[in-house]
Amino acid sequence: MAQPFLKKDDDHDDEVDYSPFLGIEKGAVLQEARVFNDPQLDPRRCSQVITKLLYLLNQGETFTKVEATEVFFAVTKLFQSRDLGLRRMVYVIIKELSPSADEVIIVTSSLMKDMTSKTDMYRANAIRVLCQITDGTLLTQIERYLKQAIVDKNPVVASAALVSGIRLLQTNPEIVKRWSNEVQEAVQSRAALVQFHALALLHQIRQNDRLAVNKLVSSLTRGSVRSPLAQCLLIRYTSQVTRESASNTQTGDRPFYDFLEGCLRHKAEMVIFEAARAITELNGVTSRELTPAITVLQLFLSSTKPVLRFAAVRTLNKVAMTHPIAVTNCNIDMESLISDQNRSIATLAITTLLKTGNESSVDRLMKQITTFMSDIADEFKIVVIEAIRSLCLKFPLKHRSLMNFLSNILREEGGFEYKKAIVDSIVILIRDIPEAKESGLLHLCEFIEDCEFTYLSTQILHFLGIEGPKTSDPSKYIRYIYNRVHLENATVRAGAVSTLAKFGAMVDSLKPRIFVLLRRCLFDTDDEVRDRATLYLNTLGADGAVEDMKEFLFGSLDIPLVNLERSLKNYEPSEESFDINSVPKEVKIQPLAEKKAPGKKPTGLGGPPPAPPSTIDAYEKLLSSIPEFANFGKLFKSSAPVELTEAETEYAVNVVKHIFDGHVVFQYNCTNTIPEQLLENVTVIVDASEAEEFAEVASKPLRSLPYDSPGQTFVAFEKPEGVPAVGKFSNMLRFIVKEVDPSTGEAEDDGVEDEYQLEELEVVAADYMLKVGVSNFRNAWESMGPDCERVDEYDLGPRENLAEAVNAVINLLGMQPCEGTEVVPSNSRSHTCLLSGVYIGNVKVLVRLQFGIDGPKDVAMKLAVRSEDEAVSDAIHEIVASG
Amino acid sequence: MELCPTIKNILLLDSEGKRIAVKYYSDDWPTNAAKEAFEKAVFTKTQKTNARTEAEITMFDNYIVVYKFVQDLHFFVTGGENENEIILATVLQGFFDAVGLLLRGTEDKKEALENLDLILLCLDEIVDGGIILETDANVIAGKVDSHSMDAGAPLSEQTITQALATAREHLTRSLLK
Repeated sequence: MAQPFLKKDDDHDDEVDYSPFLGIEKGAVLQEARVFNDPQLDPRRCSQVITKLLYLLNQGETFTKVEATEVFFAVTKLFQSRDLGLRRMVYVIIKELSPSADEVIIVTSSLMKDMTSKTDMYRANAIRVLCQITDGTLLTQIERYLKQAIVDKNPVVASAALVSGIRLLQTNPEIVKRWSNEVQEAVQSRAALVQFHALALLHQIRQNDRLAVNKLVSSLTRGSVRSPLAQCLLIRYTSQVTRESASNTQTGDRPFYDFLEGCLRHKAEMVIFEAARAITELNGVTSRELTPAITVLQLFLSSTKPVLRFAAVRTLNKVAMTHPIAVTNCNIDMESLISDQNRSIATLAITTLLKTGNESSVDRLMKQITTFMSDIADEFKIVVIEAIRSLCLKFPLKHRSLMNFLSNILREEGGFEYKKAIVDSIVILIRDIPEAKESGLLHLCEFIEDCEFTYLSTQILHFLGIEGPKTSDPSKYIRYIYNRVHLENATVRAGAVSTLAKFGAMVDSLKPRIFVLLRRCLFDTDDEVRDRATLYLNTLGADGAVEDMKEFLFGSLDIPLVNLERSLKNYEPSEESFDINSVPKEVKIQPLAEKKAPGKKPTGLGGPPPAPPSTIDAYEKLLSSIPEFANFGKLFKSSAPVELTEAETEYAVNVVKHIFDGHVVFQYNCTNTIPEQLLENVTVIVDASEAEEFAEVASKPLRSLPYDSPGQTFVAFEKPEGVPAVGKFSNMLRFIVKEVDPSTGEAEDDGVEDEYQLEELEVVAADYMLKVGVSNFRNAWESMGPDCERVDEYDLGPRENLAEAVNAVINLLGMQPCEGTEVVPSNSRSHTCLLSGVYIGNVKVLVRLQFGIDGPKDVAMKLAVRSEDEAVSDAIHEIVASG
Repeated sequence: MELCPTIKNILLLDSEGKRIAVKYYSDDWPTNAAKEAFEKAVFTKTQKTNARTEAEITMFDNYIVVYKFVQDLHFFVTGGENENEIILATVLQGFFDAVGLLLRGTEDKKEALENLDLILLCLDEIVDGGIILETDANVIAGKVDSHSMDAGAPLSEQTITQALATAREHLTRSLLK
C-alpha cells in the first residue's frame, strides 16, 4: 500500500500527548486557507488545511457567516486541481459548510462536470454532494443524470444516486417518484448494496399505496434477494403488510409466515434475528408459530458475541411478558447469562427469569440473584427490584424469602434512588400482603437505624406511625423510633416525635411511656422538635379529646396545599386570626396530571398515598359534615368519578356514587369553564323514573360556582335497606347564570335561570361490591367451606376472545381479581379466574370463574360462588344472570 | 418502527472520552453541547467494559450503542431502541476494520489524528444521512485509500491497482485535452 500523503515523519514518538492539531486556532487556520487561492496549487498542503478546517468543525467550532462564505469561495478554486485525494476532501468540506442557495450556484457547474466524468469516484461523490446541497430548482436540470446514475453499472455510483433519491424524496417527492422504473431495475441489481438502497427507495416511493406495497412484497418474497440488509428490509415490509391485513384473515394461515420462517435459516445473522423478532411481534402469535423463532434466539443466547446475546435476551424478555411459557425452554441458558460480563445482558436475563419463573423456582433464583446484585450498577438493580416486587405480588406465599432478600440488599451499599426503590417495594408488599406486614415493618426499623437519607427516614417514620400501632406488639417499635430522637438531624427528630405521638394516641397502654419520652424531647436543641413535643404532650394529655387528637394526627390535611398557600398569602395580619376553615377545599381539576397517573408505577412512600382508603376517608368526612346525610350510617363504598359531560364542554360535571346501607348519595363535581360567567344556586335535577326502588330524600345545592373553581352539589336517595337496588337516573344541571366583567371580575346583579343536559347515570350491581383482595385464595376458599356455595353454568355467547369475556365478567361483578388470574394468555382456549370482594352488609364473597371457548368464539362459563351468606351467593348469580 | 435501518451517529473517541472524529446523522442532538453530553454519557458508561475482542453493546436513554475499543481508540455506533442490534454491530465492525486497514495496523490516537483525513473520508463512505452506504471494511478502505494516492508519486511506490488508476487518470487527462 502506498504511503498516505499526510503521513508525517515519526519525530514525535516520544511525546505521549503529541497531536498534529496541538494549539490549533481558528484564526490561524483561516489565514492558512489562503493557499487555496495560490495560482500554483499545492494539493498536499491544501488537503492538510482542509483537514484542519474539518477538525475544527468536528470539535464543535463554528464559523461565522462571513468566515464560512470566505472559506467556501476559496474551496471552490480547488476544483482546478486534478488531485483525486484533494477533490475528495473538497467534497467533504463543501457538505460540512452547507452553503446557502446563492453560493451553491458557484459550484454547481463544477459538480455537474464531475457528475458526468468518466471517473466513477467523481460521479458518485459529486451526486451525493450536489443532492445534499441543492434545492428543487436545480434538480430538474440534473434529473436526467440521476436517472442514468441509478442504473449505472458501477454499484458505487448507483448507490450514491439511490441514497440521494431517498434524501430528495423528503423535499421533492414529485420528481423522485418519476424514477420508479429505474429504481425497479436497480432492485434486480447483482450488487448487494444497490439492491438494498433501491428497495428502500422503491418502498418509500410507494409507501402510501398499500396495494403496490403488497405486490412488491409478494413478488420479492418469492424471488431471491441477495443482500442481507435488503432481506432485513423485506422482512420489515412483510410484517408491516401482515399487520395491516391481519384483520381480514381471521382464520387460516398467516400470509408470509412461511417466508419469515424460511429467513430463520438464512446465513446472515442479522437476517435470522430480524426474522425471529418479526415473528415474536406478530399480532396474536400462536405458540406453534413462536417455537422456531424461540429456537434460533435460544442458540444466540450461547453465542460468543455479546451483541447476539443481548439481541436475543432482549427479544425473549419482551416475549416473556405475553408468552411466559414459550420462553421457559430457554431458562437454563438464561440462568447462565446471570453471570454475563455484560451487565445489560445479565439484567435482562434476570428480569426475564423473574417473569417466567414459577413458584417453585423462586428460591433458587433468589440465591443466584444475591450473588449477582453485588456487582451491578444501581440503575440495573432498580430494574431487578421492580421485577422482584411484581414477582412477590404474583406469588404472595413466597413473601418470606423475597422480603428477606429485599432487607438484605437494603443493608448493603447503594445510592438514594436504589434504596428508595427497595423501601417502596417493601411498603407495597406490606400494604398488599397482610402476612408480610410485621416482618416488613421490622426490616424498615432496622434500616432507619443506619440510614443516611433524611427523606427515606422521615417517610418510613411516618409509615411506621400509621401501621405500627395496629400490629400485635406495638411496643417493640418504640425503641427504634426513640433512637432517632437521639441520633439524627432535626428533620428526622421531628418526624420521630410525631410518630411517637401517634403510638401514644392509638395504644393506651403505651401512653405513659410515650409521655416520658416526649417530655425528654422538650429539651431538644431544635425548636421544631420542641414545638411538636409540647403540642403533642398537651393534646394527648387533655381529657376526652382522644377523637380530636386522632383526627389531628391521622387525618389527612383535606385542604389542597395550593389553596392553603393562596389563602395564607392573601391573609393580612390583623386582630382576626387565620381561619383554616376559610380555605376553599375544592381542588382544581388537573386533567393532564390525572391522565398521566395510571401509567405511573405504583407509588410507595412518595407523595400522598393514592390508596383508596384515604379517598374513602375523605369522602366519609365530607359527607358526615353535611347535616342532611349525617344519619345515613357508615359509608360502604364510593365509586370512581363517572364523567357526565364530554371533555371541553362549557360545564364539566362528574359524579361519585356513595353507597350507604339504606341510602345512595350522588356527589356531582361541577366545574365552570367559562370565564365570563358566574353560576349560582346550582342543583342537579334527577329523574329517577327508571329506578323504581329509589326515592329522593334530600338535595344540597351549590350556592355559587365561579369560573375554574370546582364545587359540589349533592342529591340523596333512599332505597330498601341492604338491597342492591339498581336503576338508571337522568340528570339536568339547573342554575342561575350571571355575566362577569372579565376586566374587573365583578358579576352583574341580575341573573338568568338556565339548564344544561347531562348524561345518564346508572347504579349497577358492582357498586355494592368492594374490591378486597385475599393473599391466598385457596386457603380462603377452603376455610369458607361449601355451605353457602352456589354453582351454575352460563353461556356468554360469541365473544372476540377469552380475555374480553373475562374482563366483562370482572367489571360486571366489580370484584378484585386474585393471583394475577385476570390476565388471559393469548390464544388460550380455557381460563380460570379468581375474584374476591366484600358485598354490601359486609359479607365476604369469593368467586371462581371457569371459562371455555369453542370454535365459533362461543364462550361458556362456570360460576362458583362462596360467601358467608346464601342469599349473597344467590345475589351474585343473579347479577351474572341479568348482566 | 423506523422501516429503513438507521444510524443515529458514529463516534470515535480517545481514552479520555475526547473527540477524535464524530458524525451525527440525526437531529436528536441539536446542539454541540447536547452532542458532547451524549458522548460523555456513552463514554462513562462503557469505559470500564472490556470491548477489545468482541464488540460490546449497551442500551440507555432509548438508544442502543454498540462499541469496540483498540488501544486508546473507542469506536461507537448508535441506533434507535428498535434497531436491529446486529445491523448496528455490522456497521461498527465495518468502521472499526476499515480504520484498522487505513492506519495499517498502528491503531492509536496519535496515528488516527495524523491520518484524520482518512478517518473523515471513511465516515463519509460508511453512512450517508443515516442510511448505510457500505459495511465491508475492505471496500470502505479501498474507496478511501484510492483517493489518498498522490497522483504524482513515482510508479514504483504504487500498488498495481493504484498504478492502473493513475494510468487511467493520465489517459482521461490526455483525452480531455
